Amino acid sequence: MNVNEQVAIDHGLKKDEYAKICELLERIPNITELGIFSAMWNEHCSYKSSRLHLKKLPTKGKQVIQGPGENAGVVDIGDNDAIVFKIESHNHPSFIEPYQGAATGVGGIMRDVFTMGARPIANLNSIHFGSPQNKKTKNLLRGVVHGIGGYGNCMGVPTIAGQTNFDSSYNGNILVNAMTLGLVKKDKIFYSKAAGLNKPVIYVGSKTGRDGIHGASMASASFDEKIEEKKPTVQVGDPFTEKLLLEACLELMAGDSIIAIQDMGAAGLTSSSIEMASKGNLGIEINLNKVPCRESKMTPYEIMLSESQERMLIVLENGKEEQAKKIFDKWNLDFAVIGKTTNSKKIELFFDNEQVANIPVNTLVENSPMYDRKWKKAKLPKKNKIKKEVLKNLKIIDVLKKILSNPNVCSKEWIWQQYDHTVMGDTIQKPGGDSGVVKVHGTDKAVAASVDSSAVYCWAHPLTGGKQVVCESFRNLISVGAKPIAITNCLNFGSPENEENMGEFVECVQGIGEAAEYLKFPVVSGNVSFYNQTKEEGIKPTPSIGGVGLIKDYKKMITMDLKEIDNIVLVIGKTEGHIDQSLFARNILDEKNGPPPEINLFNEKNNGETLLKLIDAGHIKSAHDVSIGGIITAVSKMCIKGNKGINLKKPKYLINEIEYYFSEDQGRYIIEVNKDNLKKVTDILNKNAVHYDELGTINKDQLFINEKTKVTIDELRTSNTNWLINYMSK
Amino acid sequence: MKSSVITFPGSNCDRDMDVALKKFGFKNKMVWHNDAELPKSDLVVLPGGFSYGDYLRCGSMASKSKIMKSVINFANSGGMVMGICNGFQILVETGLVPGVLLRNKYLEFICKNVFVKINNKKNTYFKNIDNEVLEFHIAHNEGNYFCTKDQLKEIEDNEQIAINYCDKTGKTEEQFNPNGSIKNIAGIFNKKKNILGMMPHPERMIDSSLSGEDGSIFFNNLINNLK
Repeated sequence: MNVNEQVAIDHGLKKDEYAKICELLERIPNITELGIFSAMWNEHCSYKSSRLHLKKLPTKGKQVIQGPGENAGVVDIGDNDAIVFKIESHNHPSFIEPYQGAATGVGGIMRDVFTMGARPIANLNSIHFGSPQNKKTKNLLRGVVHGIGGYGNCMGVPTIAGQTNFDSSYNGNILVNAMTLGLVKKDKIFYSKAAGLNKPVIYVGSKTGRDGIHGASMASASFDEKIEEKKPTVQVGDPFTEKLLLEACLELMAGDSIIAIQDMGAAGLTSSSIEMASKGNLGIEINLNKVPCRESKMTPYEIMLSESQERMLIVLENGKEEQAKKIFDKWNLDFAVIGKTTNSKKIELFFDNEQVANIPVNTLVENSPMYDRKWKKAKLPKKNKIKKEVLKNLKIIDVLKKILSNPNVCSKEWIWQQYDHTVMGDTIQKPGGDSGVVKVHGTDKAVAASVDSSAVYCWAHPLTGGKQVVCESFRNLISVGAKPIAITNCLNFGSPENEENMGEFVECVQGIGEAAEYLKFPVVSGNVSFYNQTKEEGIKPTPSIGGVGLIKDYKKMITMDLKEIDNIVLVIGKTEGHIDQSLFARNILDEKNGPPPEINLFNEKNNGETLLKLIDAGHIKSAHDVSIGGIITAVSKMCIKGNKGINLKKPKYLINEIEYYFSEDQGRYIIEVNKDNLKKVTDILNKNAVHYDELGTINKDQLFINEKTKVTIDELRTSNTNWLINYMSK
Repeated sequence: MKSSVITFPGSNCDRDMDVALKKFGFKNKMVWHNDAELPKSDLVVLPGGFSYGDYLRCGSMASKSKIMKSVINFANSGGMVMGICNGFQILVETGLVPGVLLRNKYLEFICKNVFVKINNKKNTYFKNIDNEVLEFHIAHNEGNYFCTKDQLKEIEDNEQIAINYCDKTGKTEEQFNPNGSIKNIAGIFNKKKNILGMMPHPERMIDSSLSGEDGSIFFNNLINNLK
C-alpha cells in the first residue's frame, strides 16, 4: 500500500503531522512506519496536548522513589518496602465492549505494576456511567462490573475500594479507571531503561493476534454514530495467562538477568520497544518473523500495532536466555528472542529478510508533536440566593432519605460483592469505607488507598474542583488513620481541541498541583484520557485521584461504623452552609448553578494532621469524612454501618438546620469519641486551632434531630441499600 | 503434622492456605502440579483459585494434572484431602466426592461472609468443635452444588453433608443460601469422611483484623484431631 496524505489522515494524523514525519525521515514513510508513527504520536501515547501542563505538577517528595515517566510510580514505606502504584483509563473500549474493555483495563494496570517487580496487592477502580434512565446504562454497568471482577478475581488480587457515579454527561462516554498497588523490595525495582549493546530482546507471554490493532488511536478520537464499527479495536483479555505471566516474571526477577522490562500495553510492541530504546538512548533491531503469532500471515504492520494482551518485552543479560526460557516453559508461556539492542539509535525491523522499517527513535519520542492548545479560563459562578421559605417547607427526614437513596450516595454493595476483596488474606478494610486497607504481608504495617473524583465541582469551577479532589483523597486516607504519601491521577476530559474542555483540563491540573504541593502529596504517576466526547458533547471534567497512605501499626486503623452507645460524635472543621453545587441543591432544589465549596488548604492540612494525632493517641473510635450530602449523610452512613443511632443537636449557628446538615463545606470529618476522652480531644483540637461542633450522643437504633424529628436506622438503611439492587434487578 | 498444598497454574489461594496452615502448626510444603510424587503428608489441600483459568469447566483440567494421580491414590488409601473452592471443584471433577458445582443462581460472583451449620461432627474435620455454626467467607462464581435425586439420597443416608449455609442461629432456610445449592450444601465428604470439599475459605478467617476468626477454630481443631 502506498502512503500519502490521505492514508495518514485515515490513521488519525493531521496534515501538518504527516508533513513533519516526511521531513524528519527525509522521505515518505512506508505503511508499517506510518502505522508506528500514528501509534506513537496519537494523544494516548504522546500526551501531545497535555505534556506542557503536566510538567507543572509536583512530583517529588521525601518518600518518592520514582515519579511519572516509568510504568508506575514508586514510594518508600520503610524497612526496604516500597509501594508501586498507578491509575489508568480504559474508557473508550469499555463503552464499545464493557466486559472486555473493563477487564483489559484491570489487566493492563496490573501489568504496569508487576513490570516493575512488584506483586500486585490491591486493585481499585473509579467508574462513571450515564444517567440511570439512559437505556444503555444498566448493561454497561453490569458489563463493566463483570469485567473488572472477571479479571481481578482470576488474578487473585483483592479489589479493595472504588467509586461509582452516574451523571448524564457520561451517557455517550462512560469512564473506567483502574488502579493497582503492588509491593516490592526497594532494592529489587525494575525499570524500562535498556542498557548495553547486543543484549537479547525477549518477547514473553501470549501470542500476538490481530486484536486491538489501533486501540490507542481509537482512544484518541471522539465517538460518532459509527462507534459500533470500532468493536474489533477492543482487546480481549485472558486473566489466566496474565496470572501465569505474573508468576513467571516474578520468578525471573528474583534472579539478576533482567536489564530492562516493559509491558506491551497501548500500541503493543511498537511503544514497548521504542520506550526501552529511547530511555536507554539506544537502538533496537527486531526480526518480526520471530514474534510468536496467533494467526498466520500477519503482516509487519499488524504485528507492530496489535494490542494483544498479556505480553512483555525484556532486555536480558547475555547468556541468560536458557535459564530464563526454562521459567517461561514451566509456566507454559511463549518465550522468543526477537532482536537485540544496537547503537544505531533507530528502530530497525526485519521481515522475510527485508528491512520493513527504519526510524530514528528520537523522531518518535522527543520530536513527537507537542501542542500549546488554546484554552479558556473559567469564571467563578455567582452564588445563588436560596429563599429561606423554600428550605422551611422541606421535611428533613424525607430529604435525608432521598439523598441516601441517590444513585451517587447509595450503597454500592451490589457492585463490590462481585469483586473478590479478601483474597491474599491481608484485607483489613473492605470496600464501603473511606479507604480500602491491606496489611503489608507479614508485617505490622498497612497500606490504605482510595480513589476519588468530583466532576460536579470540577465542572462548576475547574480550579477549585481540581484542588477539592486531592483534598478529598487526603481526607479519605486520614479517616482510616493513614498518613497520606502520594497520589496517582487519571485525567478524563473532553476534546483538547475545544477551548472550553482544554481550559477545564488546564485549570483542573493547576488545582491538583496547588493542593498536592501544599499538602505534600505529590503526583507519582498517572494517565490522561481526552476525547471523552460523542460528537460535540463532552463529559464533565473528571480527574480521578488515587491516593495512597501508610498506617504504621495496623491495629490503629479506624473504620467509620459507630462503635458504642453514649459515645460523643463531633464534626471537625467549620460549617459555613455552602449549598451551591451540593447534592442537596442539585437534586432536591434542582438548582444546578453556583460555585463549588471553597477550598482552604491551610484548614485542610491542619484539620487532617490534627485528626491523625488524635488517632495516633488512640482517642478516636470511628471517623468518616464529610463529602457529598453533608454532615447528616455522613453521620447516617456511620449509623447504618455501626447499627447505632444518634441524638443530633444543631449548634446555635446563624445558618438554619437544612444548611447546617446538608451543606458541603470542605475539610470536615465526623469523629466518635468516648465521653471520658472528650476533654482531652477538645483540648487538642483547641490547641491546634481546629474548629469543631459537638453533634450529639450515640443511641441504640434511632436518629433524632433536636429531639423532635426521628427515624429508625433500619429505615435509613433500606433507603441506602435498595436503590442499586432494585435498579439492577428490574 | 505435615501438610501439602498443591499449586496448579491459576491457583491463587495457595499462599493464603500456606500461611494459615503454618499459623496453626502444620509443616507445610508447596507442591507443583507437574510433580509426580506427593511428599509424605498428613493432609493434602487443593486450594482455591482459577486453575487453568476455569477453561473447559472449573476444575476439570486440574483434575487431570500429573500430581492428581498421587493425590487420588493417597485419598483412596484413606489420606486426608481437603478441597477449598476451586479445590472443591477439582474434587468433584475427579469423582472423589459426588455431585457437580454449577454457576451461582444469580449468575454473579459472590464475595461475602456467610454462616455455615456443621451437619456432621463424626469426622476428623469437625470432631470436637463446640460451635454448631461457624462464620466463614465465600468468594466464587460456581458454587451452586447439584446432584441427582439418587445421589442426594445416598449422600444423606451416608451423612456426607459436611456443612450447610444458614443464618447465625443455624436456620438453614432458602433465604440464607447464597448460590442456589441443593439443600444449602456448602461442603460435602466422601463416604469415608477423609475427603472434604467445601466452597467457603476458612483460610481467610484466621485473624480478628480480617473478615473474622472462625477459620482459626477450624484449623486449630483440625491439627489437634490429626495429632
